[in-house]
Amino acid sequence: MRVDVVMPQMGESIAEGTITRWMKQVGDTVSRDEPIFEISTDKVDAEIPSPAAGRLIEIRNAVGETVPVNQVVAVLETDVGAAVSAAPAAATAKAEAPSPAPAAVQPAATKAPAAEPAPPRGEGSFVSPVVRKIASEHGIDPERVPGTGAGGRVTKKDVLDFVAKGSAKAAAPAPAPSVTFAPGMRVERQPMSPMRKKIAEHMIESRRISAHVNSVFEVDMTRIVKMREKYKAVYEKRHGTKLTMTPFFVKAACDGLHAWPVINASVEGNDIVYKKDLNIGVAVALAWGLIVPVVKNADELSIAGLTKKINDLAERARAKKLLPDEVQGGTFTITNPGIFGGVFGLPIISQPQVAIMGIGGIEKRPVVIDDAIAIRSMMYLSMSYDHRVVDGAVADQFLAMVKKGLQEFDESLL
Amino acid sequence: MTPLRWAFLGRVPYEDATTLQGYLVDLVRRGETGDTLLLLTHPPVITLGRGAHAENVVIPDDERTAAGIELHQAGRGGDVTYHGPGQLVGYPIVALRENRRDAHRYLRELEEGLIATAAAHGVTASRINGLTGIWVGDAKLAAIGVRIGTGWITSHGFALNVGRDLKGFEAIVPCGIRDRSVTSLALELDRDIAPEDVAEAAATAVAEALGYEAVWDDPALAALSRGALSSPPVPGDRP
Repeated sequence: MRVDVVMPQMGESIAEGTITRWMKQVGDTVSRDEPIFEISTDKVDAEIPSPAAGRLIEIRNAVGETVPVNQVVAVLETDVGAAVSAAPAAATAKAEAPSPAPAAVQPAATKAPAAEPAPPRGEGSFVSPVVRKIASEHGIDPERVPGTGAGGRVTKKDVLDFVAKGSAKAAAPAPAPSVTFAPGMRVERQPMSPMRKKIAEHMIESRRISAHVNSVFEVDMTRIVKMREKYKAVYEKRHGTKLTMTPFFVKAACDGLHAWPVINASVEGNDIVYKKDLNIGVAVALAWGLIVPVVKNADELSIAGLTKKINDLAERARAKKLLPDEVQGGTFTITNPGIFGGVFGLPIISQPQVAIMGIGGIEKRPVVIDDAIAIRSMMYLSMSYDHRVVDGAVADQFLAMVKKGLQEFDESLL
Repeated sequence: MTPLRWAFLGRVPYEDATTLQGYLVDLVRRGETGDTLLLLTHPPVITLGRGAHAENVVIPDDERTAAGIELHQAGRGGDVTYHGPGQLVGYPIVALRENRRDAHRYLRELEEGLIATAAAHGVTASRINGLTGIWVGDAKLAAIGVRIGTGWITSHGFALNVGRDLKGFEAIVPCGIRDRSVTSLALELDRDIAPEDVAEAAATAVAEALGYEAVWDDPALAALSRGALSSPPVPGDRP
């Protein structure tokens, strides 16, 4: 069948279009919705998809011609078996040399229902033990294989054909359980935002990839709390920035990472990739969620430098002025499950990193020091780490080092 | 309302931005990602739309190269334009739905969004009949040139002059229109203002004009779009 390709109407007030390019020549095969020519109108360039699958047998207007809307500019033959008709006047020399099917036939291929799994036939259907065994070897539910044997029975060949068609993968994962709600239940259904979806994917993915284990240490923060009080005004005056707790944690973590480099590593296949740069992600809470800008080469900065850098990143995160580069390339993450008063949290690792440290809330608690009870500012320091490559002993020695670094923080660094 | 996610990407070379647009157009066409507005700046570059007249590039090639200005063909409508660091460039990658499949309507909506962006900064801009873009008096404040791909997926978009330095425009006859000049928000306001200061207002106004709600995306999501899938946008914390 012949199908006309017309100059499309790109808008109510657009009466004509100028052809700027033919992507297909006479004799070429095209799939439906594959672009065949381009037009230009005023400030708009548009790509015009083919109205049907077939072979282009005639082009009526050359590049540069301006054509009124709805005028036929080309003709398709949808019966691909039909020979290309005698090249019409406008045809090019390519007529007898049809190019191979273009790469863009992909959408058609994915739509092909050839190997779509059939719905389960129910419990009554018989599947022979041999067939069942072959199916299970390929990770297929035999109930989902379309049967061609007597009475729709699934044969060994059916299973192998099914595998050959590549449906094994498609059929293997169990369908996600769908939660249904009875009528009358008070619910509100809302689609996830693109960001929510990404977060969901990454959380699940990280749980799947890494063998998460956790350690929790208790740290006496009294010294740092006092130090911060003492230097707050100085920092404001000398550096024009607010001294927060975060730079102390980043500094202590960097020292620990230098001593235990596997915590600053990634896993790639069967290799452990040790990263020489200490790029520390620091969680910043925002009204709508949480974002983690990265302090690049954090170990090369002074406490004043860290303070400035972290405050700048946090400020720009809130003003939505962070650049993509500034949230990428982290090698270790520090997050703060304590901001709303949590004692500690057990965070999920940010892939492809292998550890994430959580800062709990700082609280005054009675503790025993030299057999006397004292009131100290205490904090729980937690870490989730990937047990594939980080041993418990390594993680604990790292945390012990961070703890010591915090409790005995060198005042001269400030 | 449908979200239009946006991010300000900072300075992106013209070619990289073209690659990124192509990637996003494919994702949007396949329904694998939502409609997106990329905001960015370009290093100095002259681009030629498909309808470009070579004589509208007035700078000689050797001078252009010496000035570090690149020259690129662009798959958009329109003539010649210049992009430089003081300009906020916006590339909406959106699927125009059934009732919005009108190229002129889309251009007018972009103009409306840009007029609102200028207004948000205290500059009154308007349309000039028959000349796509937005203008302050006779001077051009923003240029528009778009592409509509298979499935009515848009790319390319607009360039809003923000900073003071418009010298780069001397290299060309903007959009092939000889008797009009260019201006910028900074020149109109007589104060320093940078593209990143305008990004959020532009996203909000353009999204609204196109019938969306602007949702600032984690910039890493924008990075994800670049195919840089090595680093997830949000670490493993509670959301």
